[in-house]
Amino acid sequence: MTVAATPAPSPVTTGGESGVRLARSRRNAELSLLLLAMVLVAAYGATVEANLLDTVTPDFWMPAAALGAVFLGLHLVIRFLAPFADPALLPAVALLNGLGVGFLRRIDLGEAAPVDRESLAIFAGIGGRQLAWTLASVILAAGLLAIMRDHRSVSRYAYTLGLAGIVLVMLPAVLPRSISEINGAKLWIRVGSFSIQPGEFAKLALLVFFAYYLVRKREVLSLASRRFLGIDFPRGRDLGPVVVVWLISLLVLVFEKDLGTSLLYFGMFVVTLYIATERVSWLLIGLILFFGGAYLAYVLGEMVGGPFANFYLRAEIWLDPFADPTDKGYQLVQGLLALGTGGLFGAGPGGGQPEILPEVQNDFIFAGIGEEIGLFGLSALLVVYLLIVERGLRAALAVRDSFGKLLAGGLAFTLGLQVFVIVGGISKLIPLTGQTTPFLSAGGSSLMANWLLIAVLLRVSDGARRPVSGSAGKAARPTGGPPEQLHGAPTEVIKP
Amino acid sequence: MNAPLRRVGVVVIVLFGLLFANLNWIQAYKADEYRTSDYNGRVQVAEYDRKRGNIEAGGTAVATSRETTGKLKFQRTYPGGAKYAQVLGYKPVNLADTGIERVENDFLAGTSDQLIGDRFKDMFTGDQTGGGNVLLTLSKRAQDVAYDQLRNNQQGVKKGAAIAIDPRTGAVQALVSMPSFDPNPLASHDTAEAAAAYNKLEQDPDGPLKNRALSETLPPGSTFKIVVAAAALENGVTKSTPIPAGSSWTPPTSGEPIRNAAPSICPEPQVTLLEAVTESCNTGFAQLGVRLGADTLKEKARQFGFEQDDLTVGQLGEDGLRTAASRTGDMQNPDGSTDPAALAQSSIGQNNVRMTPLEGAMIAGAVANGGSQMRPYLVRQLLAPDRTTSYYTAKPRELRQPVTGQVAGDLREMMVSVVQKGTGQKAAISGYTVGGKTGTAQSAPDRPDHGWFIGFALDKNGNPVSAVCVVLEQAGSGGSAEAARIGGQIMRAAIADPGGR
Repeated sequence: MTVAATPAPSPVTTGGESGVRLARSRRNAELSLLLLAMVLVAAYGATVEANLLDTVTPDFWMPAAALGAVFLGLHLVIRFLAPFADPALLPAVALLNGLGVGFLRRIDLGEAAPVDRESLAIFAGIGGRQLAWTLASVILAAGLLAIMRDHRSVSRYAYTLGLAGIVLVMLPAVLPRSISEINGAKLWIRVGSFSIQPGEFAKLALLVFFAYYLVRKREVLSLASRRFLGIDFPRGRDLGPVVVVWLISLLVLVFEKDLGTSLLYFGMFVVTLYIATERVSWLLIGLILFFGGAYLAYVLGEMVGGPFANFYLRAEIWLDPFADPTDKGYQLVQGLLALGTGGLFGAGPGGGQPEILPEVQNDFIFAGIGEEIGLFGLSALLVVYLLIVERGLRAALAVRDSFGKLLAGGLAFTLGLQVFVIVGGISKLIPLTGQTTPFLSAGGSSLMANWLLIAVLLRVSDGARRPVSGSAGKAARPTGGPPEQLHGAPTEVIKP
Repeated sequence: MNAPLRRVGVVVIVLFGLLFANLNWIQAYKADEYRTSDYNGRVQVAEYDRKRGNIEAGGTAVATSRETTGKLKFQRTYPGGAKYAQVLGYKPVNLADTGIERVENDFLAGTSDQLIGDRFKDMFTGDQTGGGNVLLTLSKRAQDVAYDQLRNNQQGVKKGAAIAIDPRTGAVQALVSMPSFDPNPLASHDTAEAAAAYNKLEQDPDGPLKNRALSETLPPGSTFKIVVAAAALENGVTKSTPIPAGSSWTPPTSGEPIRNAAPSICPEPQVTLLEAVTESCNTGFAQLGVRLGADTLKEKARQFGFEQDDLTVGQLGEDGLRTAASRTGDMQNPDGSTDPAALAQSSIGQNNVRMTPLEGAMIAGAVANGGSQMRPYLVRQLLAPDRTTSYYTAKPRELRQPVTGQVAGDLREMMVSVVQKGTGQKAAISGYTVGGKTGTAQSAPDRPDHGWFIGFALDKNGNPVSAVCVVLEQAGSGGSAEAARIGGQIMRAAIADPGGR
């Protein structure tokens, strides 16, 4: 596929014209960006070795190359199965994932005795494990792309997925503490040394359900309303599902002791609701319910303790981490000190001491990286995240069906919200909650779930940018598409 | 649906903008505060990245750093173990540092302003020069003897202290506090292990972490008679003046008679001052003190260094190991008038009189040095990391002049008489003129007495070469004689050590 110099026709409004002119798939742009990302990852690895080993071993490029091979495989899958997918998504995610693996390997090197450092195997330690997880996650994402040839097909399983999502969310809360609790948060299912965080996957499942449910109900939810203070408020009975989700997220807050996940689910739902109905009132109701609930939990935590005590403690630490800097506030204080030590430019990859940060491979990875790459590096990382989120939203804007819009918009926003919750948490912008930093943190569940999320975004963006007419589809996809126009026809036309 | 999607895009940008603004706040505005925070362990790791300088005594490193493979690159070790602990202190990873390790921390760590040239050089050569070296005044031999003799004292005493100083300079030749402790576990990089070791020492009822030589006071007993004798010599009494004595004397207001340590001591109604010192005549000194008055006595003690609470022993003119003030204490009735009974008891170093071993050695040193008391110090020299440049060499200086040369000469003669004929005979060293004063101080009614010895040694030309103070806590009968013996041994070792001075 050649990269044409002429401006591409807008995929949304092509109409009959696109049948004549070939739409640009931009796969070569994706490939070159991917290569650039891998060069950056290799350079990062080399800098780490130069700082920690005082020499760059001849094998420094191996983790980057291994990652590059994995991502190249996904690129090929995209080339054949989703040729019109957004070309910026894969390289951006690959960069984050690669830097995550590189940083985790750097932690391994830092913790190894200096004599053992040079001989650290590529699959050793948490860095090596993360590399393996990346391989598994990318295969999974490729598998999803292969199975789900059209994003609309998943709406058929919406209720199944919704139920599964709720079960996944609630499972750790009902399971005994010995199986589900790690570091005070009941978010896990542990079997032996193997642990998964079902909530990470529940996010995806629930969003499919939300999108499906809201597409079907959006007229009722957006049209039947009462006007109050110039804002249209929904009827009482339509509030039902919102209240249910609100209760679920509060239950998560109380019983799984996790504000972040709770905020994530609730924010995800309210925002999809808002996108579906275009009613600001839903946002207001959502915000009031959430902050009211959180404040109530804080007050109850202070007065009665019990299940609310954990939340109260977290809020107190957030308000003044230096009140108890060696015990309760230790983590947050150390995170802030790491970021502060990094300053504007950081100590350079491998030049800092992120090992002394507790949980640096999980929650505090952003602070650990920040110590070494400084404000400038972290800002760049934030821009990469922002790019992914905005690209996801762009796919939502461009796709023609309502379900796709809600799905992609919701997923993109959720990803952005998760970054906000964890990065805001470790930098004392909001109370700290145990969330993973997407694509950076060590851990298979998070990595897999987020790669699946990216696969869905890729699929939706492919659907958005693919020329409408059959001839273009034939040119681009040798396998032939699903019966796309029959099910869930464009719904963009309804306007009150 | 596109309008809300666009607005969601804006919301995400705003959220990320908040993150960015907040990171600016932390990484730019607050960066310096966080970087240098006390809770920031990176400062510490950086400190351990550079080889800390040696502390040396008599050419031997008694505190040194060796390279490890751990996260903290250098491990502080104390080859002398417990022997030098009270002088060196220790440099732990998390706990507070003490002793010379604390006092000279900047120089040892290499962060001192004096070493800025070496740091600057490193920037160009790319080397990582270590910290500076601290050379102590301690005589290795005297310290060995002081530690061994004190630990293996013939009274089986567990607590005590010994300090020897050069009377002419104030340089500390030996300093031991017993029980001592091994500082090595405290410097362990395993902070839990270090904390456990510290807690064990902290909770030890014998107080091994205390520096009994500098910062613990005890009633000085008869050693205080030297101060009383000095006051008497300045108030018309000569060494041959007869003073009232007797086997027992009861102060005017008290029903409690003062007796001598043995019936054979000064039973005569009058003895000369020289005899009173030599035999340690309690009745004579009690009456002498009452005659001189509380103010005279207190003033004389103050001139010898009592009541000074800001003396430090380290580098001259700089910070050092802290010392406790010796006190003459209260000798008054509740209405403010002098209580003769208390004054009488104080005159023989009881009642509320309290003295540190350092003060004892400084009294003996002033007497030996013709009335000039030198400021004590422990740091002889500061050497650059490469040992070529000296950044500091101690220049001895006089602290005060408690007595005139004349009075010092008389006191000297009386103290020499104590060792030649009196209670301190075990302190004698052949070939040297040794003077001293023993003391037996009641600690509590039901506890054994403390044994004291303060003394000095003069070479053939009459030049003072060492002054010493030894105390054995609750040593009981024979304690002061054993203290005198140990004092003599320490001085002999200090004299014999060519590198000791």
